[in-house]
Amino acid sequence: MTEVSLQQVVKRYGQLEVVHAIDLEIRHSEFVVLVGPSGCGKSTTLRMIAGLEEISDGTIKIGDKVVNKLPPRDRNISMVFQNYALYPHMSVRENLGFGLKIAKHPESEINKRVEEAAEILGLGMLMDRLPAELSGGQRQRVAMGRAIVRNPDVFLFDEPLSNLDAKLRVQMRTEIKKLHKRVNNTIVYVTHDQVEAMTLADRIVIMRDGHIEQVGSPLKVFDHPNNTFVASFIGSPPMNQLSGKVIEKEGVPHIDLEGNLTIPVPNRARNHVQVGQQVIVGVRPDDLTPEGHGMSDVGEIVSFDLSVSISEPLGTESILFSTIGNNEVQGKMLNPRPIEGEERLTFNLSLDRTHLFDAETGQNVLGHSDGSN
Amino acid sequence: MSVLTNIKRKMFSEQATPYVLLLPAIIMILIVVLFPLLFSLYTSFTPYKLTRPDTLWKFVGLRNYERIFTDWDFWVAFGRTVLFLAIVINLEFLFGLGIALLINRITWGQRTLRTIMMFPMMFSPILVGFQFKFIFNDNIGLMNNALQSLGITDQAIPWLVDGTLAMGAIAFAEIWMSTSIFAILLLAGLFAMPKDPLEAAQVDGCNAWQTFRHITLPYLMPFAYIAMTIRSLDVARAYDVVDTMTGGGPAGRTELLWTLIARTGYDSASMGKANAMAYVSILLSIAFTYFFYTKLVAARRYMGGAQ
Repeated sequence: MTEVSLQQVVKRYGQLEVVHAIDLEIRHSEFVVLVGPSGCGKSTTLRMIAGLEEISDGTIKIGDKVVNKLPPRDRNISMVFQNYALYPHMSVRENLGFGLKIAKHPESEINKRVEEAAEILGLGMLMDRLPAELSGGQRQRVAMGRAIVRNPDVFLFDEPLSNLDAKLRVQMRTEIKKLHKRVNNTIVYVTHDQVEAMTLADRIVIMRDGHIEQVGSPLKVFDHPNNTFVASFIGSPPMNQLSGKVIEKEGVPHIDLEGNLTIPVPNRARNHVQVGQQVIVGVRPDDLTPEGHGMSDVGEIVSFDLSVSISEPLGTESILFSTIGNNEVQGKMLNPRPIEGEERLTFNLSLDRTHLFDAETGQNVLGHSDGSN
Repeated sequence: MSVLTNIKRKMFSEQATPYVLLLPAIIMILIVVLFPLLFSLYTSFTPYKLTRPDTLWKFVGLRNYERIFTDWDFWVAFGRTVLFLAIVINLEFLFGLGIALLINRITWGQRTLRTIMMFPMMFSPILVGFQFKFIFNDNIGLMNNALQSLGITDQAIPWLVDGTLAMGAIAFAEIWMSTSIFAILLLAGLFAMPKDPLEAAQVDGCNAWQTFRHITLPYLMPFAYIAMTIRSLDVARAYDVVDTMTGGGPAGRTELLWTLIARTGYDSASMGKANAMAYVSILLSIAFTYFFYTKLVAARRYMGGAQ
């Protein structure tokens, strides 16, 4: 059983604090992805778990053991680096077996485990090559092989796919997921790519400026973003954010958006807003669809006309660009038909799926999800 | 007339231009490099003595070579040169590595230190020889003076008089003068070294020594081979420091190949024999260069595979 636990972990470089007292509990055999824009502290956090960076304050536990002061070699972890970090002067076989050799395992066992890992990752043909003689994808595979050979308690991945081309990245992503199913170790994975995060994670940890903004399953953070940052970071294309003000209309709270558009406050948020409050309405492009081109079964709907300026056809859907007031918005057209020039269409906005954030704090008016699933 | 214009036309044609322009340089190189080389090779087949120019025209075949191959003094000097070279280069490598690792660790004043480190190389080797001759002088030398003042010994240690000590003193001077070649090249290697494999090694279970031994050192070896190639050529032709410090003495105990060659060629005036020795010693240098170069080529296979 290997949980990883971060309690009030702080990282400072001199006066500059880059990770601010974060708490995170990672369960046994869980796949946790740390995601955020560059400079958010996600890699630093991972490197603190690895022991490659000292922590300035707080506690890190792996299993039952506090590892604050332990060097990486005593933490029983393995790590896959962004630049693969293969040993350039060693063959693939030596690269894979190096950790075991250092740990003084008998040669027969090293060979057996190296062959096993090579089998899993399809490296059989490449065993006697040097890293310089491998392609990027192959190097990445060797780096992963080196990590699994040692059968560590925890795998750490530091943006392992960001140096690969798009096609290979998708392929390796699937392989990592398969690998996790197979070995079932605890995995902490860092990426800046929200698609990678969504597809791989059991739970996503979204970070910004050294704070954790939200922790939750991919669907949870998608369906209930804690704040406008998470809302815009998760999902592609990003969530539309429209500013407005809560008003009373015909005895029911409404939101007065820019551009003479007024929509009722969704039922579930009705008790969480006050008249006069400045709010941000979050609408995913999926929930802003032209009449007859949306998903069925979306509950309460508001309809209004918008003129479409640009359409980006993607085959099964088109992304439509328009404006509400001064805000550019994107909608999604399922079963698309060609849009020529500017065209005025009636859009359906599914009210039950909109998100409301307080304009001042950026927080979800419904409060935060608790971080479990 | 027509032949002359033909030549003229050819000389100024476009294809010929580069060669025509290079011609003066080529001629100069032929005169100053190739001709003396061939001439010295020829003289090694004659009993040429500088004092008797007519001996130049007497061809004796391989007799000079036969003589030196059976000459015990030559082989002693040869062996001593190889030993000297091996000791000096290995020590320079170790010290250079140590200095490079230390300088790599500091962040402030690194440039200044790098410059200061180069100082010994800026001095003329002859002056370095004189400086150490003074330092190791058994009566007035700094070394004995310091040892005696510190109470380590009350003897006057005969640094340059005892054969073994004199060889050590010369090695000391060589190492003092040229360790920075290793240091600077190894430092360049450390700067170029990617950090990721070091971190990967830490995660893979290495302690500091193992990381150095298995990752850093193999990465640095190509840089060391370059320095070793340069220094093996340098040391194999060591002359100035030896000549100023001991002159090959006492009783030939510090005689290296080139001091022996110079003595044979100029003091004994047997230029033919000296040239034969020189050609044998060049083979030694070629062998060393070839050895290190093979190592370097092998290492180049994996350089650049770290990213």
